[in-house]
Amino acid sequence: MRRIWTAMRNTPSLLAGTLMLVLMVGVALLAPLISSFSPTEPNMGAILLPPSSEHWLGTDQLGRDLFTRLIYAARTDLKIMVLAQIIPFCTGILLGMMAGYYGKWVNTLITLLTDTFIAFPFYLIVIIVAFVSGAGEKGIYITFMLVGWIVYARVVKGLSASYRSQEWIASAQTLGLPNRTILLRHLLPNVLPQAVIVLMTDMAVLLVAIVTLGYLGIGIAPPTPDWGTMISEGQPFLATKWWLSATPGLAVVYTGIALSLVGDGLADVWRRK
Amino acid sequence: MANHPLLHLENVTLASRFNPSLVSDVSFQVHAGESIGLIGESGSGKSLTLRSILGLLPSGIEQTDGRIQLNGRGAMIFQDPIRALDPLYPVVKQLAEVVHYRQQVSRKASHVIALELLELLGLPDSLRQKDRYPHQLSGGQCQRIVIALALACKPDVLLCDEPTTALDVTVQRQILELIVRLQKELGYAMVFVTHNLAVTSSLCSRLYVMKEGRLVEEGETLPLLQNPQHPYTRMLIDSVLPLPELSELSEPNELKRGADA
Repeated sequence: MRRIWTAMRNTPSLLAGTLMLVLMVGVALLAPLISSFSPTEPNMGAILLPPSSEHWLGTDQLGRDLFTRLIYAARTDLKIMVLAQIIPFCTGILLGMMAGYYGKWVNTLITLLTDTFIAFPFYLIVIIVAFVSGAGEKGIYITFMLVGWIVYARVVKGLSASYRSQEWIASAQTLGLPNRTILLRHLLPNVLPQAVIVLMTDMAVLLVAIVTLGYLGIGIAPPTPDWGTMISEGQPFLATKWWLSATPGLAVVYTGIALSLVGDGLADVWRRK
Repeated sequence: MANHPLLHLENVTLASRFNPSLVSDVSFQVHAGESIGLIGESGSGKSLTLRSILGLLPSGIEQTDGRIQLNGRGAMIFQDPIRALDPLYPVVKQLAEVVHYRQQVSRKASHVIALELLELLGLPDSLRQKDRYPHQLSGGQCQRIVIALALACKPDVLLCDEPTTALDVTVQRQILELIVRLQKELGYAMVFVTHNLAVTSSLCSRLYVMKEGRLVEEGETLPLLQNPQHPYTRMLIDSVLPLPELSELSEPNELKRGADA
C-alpha cells in the first residue's frame, strides 16, 4: 500500500490519471445518488431545455436530463469496457507466452491465427456478429473475444521470445522445472507489467469502439444510456444545442486521457524499477 | 562403476545453418568424482559443447552428429549468475521450488531444505526472507545461489560454464574453493569450462584444449601444461601473466602454480 503511494507521488501522470478515473468511476457508481432524474423516462413537457440550475446540462429531445444520462451512460460504457477485456486479456497473454516460449510449430500456429484475425477489420466483424447475434452488448463481448486478444498476444509473444533466450529461463529448464511452472510462475510475472500497460491503451480503443457502434446504431440499443447513441441523438440539433453531442464526446475524451495517463505512469514506474 | 563413464561424448558435432562446424568431432569421458577442464578462447565452442550435454543449445544450433550419453543427473552453473536467476522471484522461493520438483518433497519440506542449502553455501541469514530478490544480492551471493540451485538437483555431474568470469577477482577464489569443498563433501564429477588456465590447472585432473570447435590437445593436467604439444596450447599457457614482484617469492599460491609450471 505504501509502495503504491510512493510510486504515485513520484509519478504525476499516474496520480493524475488515477484521480481522473476514480472520479469518473465514482460518479458512475453513485449516479442514482447524484441525480434524482430518470435516465430513461421521457418527459415531454421539458424537451430540449437549455442548461439551468435544475437541468445542469439541459434536456434532450425526449425531455430527459442530459447530465443524468451522461453519468448513467458512464456506467454502461465503462462496465462493457472492463468486462469485455477480461477474457481477451487472459487468452492473449497465455497464447503470447506459449508462442514466445515454445516457439517452433506453436509459434507458427498462433502467429497464423493472429494474422488471420488481424486481416479482418474490427468493425466488419462487429457488423457480422451483430447481424448473427443481434445488436447490443452481447455482440461487443463476442467480437472482442474473437479479436481483442491479438494485441496482448503480439506484445507478450515478443517479450516472451526475448526472455526465452535469457539465461534464467534456460537455467530453470535445466533445473528441471516443468514448463507449466516456468510459464505461469516465472514468465508471467515478467510479462504482466507490459501487458497491463497495453491493457490501459486498449481499453481506450475499446471505449471508442463501443461508442462508435452505439453511434452507428449497432451497439447498445436505446433507451439504455450510452455515449455513442447520445452523440447520434444530439446530431440533428448540432447547430443550436451543440452540447447534446459534445458532452458525451468529451466524456469519451476524458476517459481516454485518464487511461493513457495511467498507462504512461505505470510504464514510468516499472521502467524505473 | 569405474569403467562406466558418467558422461560420454562421442564425436559430437554441432552446427547452425551458417556454420556447419561450430563444434566438430568432440569426444571425452567423465567418470564419477572426476573433474575435467575444457579450455580455449571465447568462440572456440567450449560453452556450446557444455550446453549440448543438457540440451540447452540456442535456437538455430543443432547436434548433427555424434552421441551424448549422460548416466545420471546433470546440473549447470552459469557464467553470469545474476542473469541466471528469475529477476522477479525471491531467491529463497526459487531454491525451494527446484527442491520441490527435483527431490519430490512437499512445498513445506522443500523450504526447509532450501534453508539448509543456503547455510551449506555460507549465505547470510538475511536471504531466508522472502523479499530478497536477485538484484539485491552481490555477484558472489548470486553465484552461491546458482550453485545451490544446481546442488538442489543432487547432480552426479556439475557442468560449470565459466562460473567465475563475471565475478570480482576477490570473490572468484572463494567460489572456486566452495565448489571444490562441496565436491569433496558431495562427490559430484565436474566439467569445467573456462579460458582461465590457472583455474583449471588447480581443479581438474584432465584438460581438453579446444580451438575453433575442435579438440586440439588433451591429457593429464600437469604433463599437458609442462609439455604442451600443440602450439595453441603453448600460446594459452604463455598468455597467463606471471606476477613479476611475486615470482621470486618462495611459495607461489596454489592456484597459480600449475600455470607457472
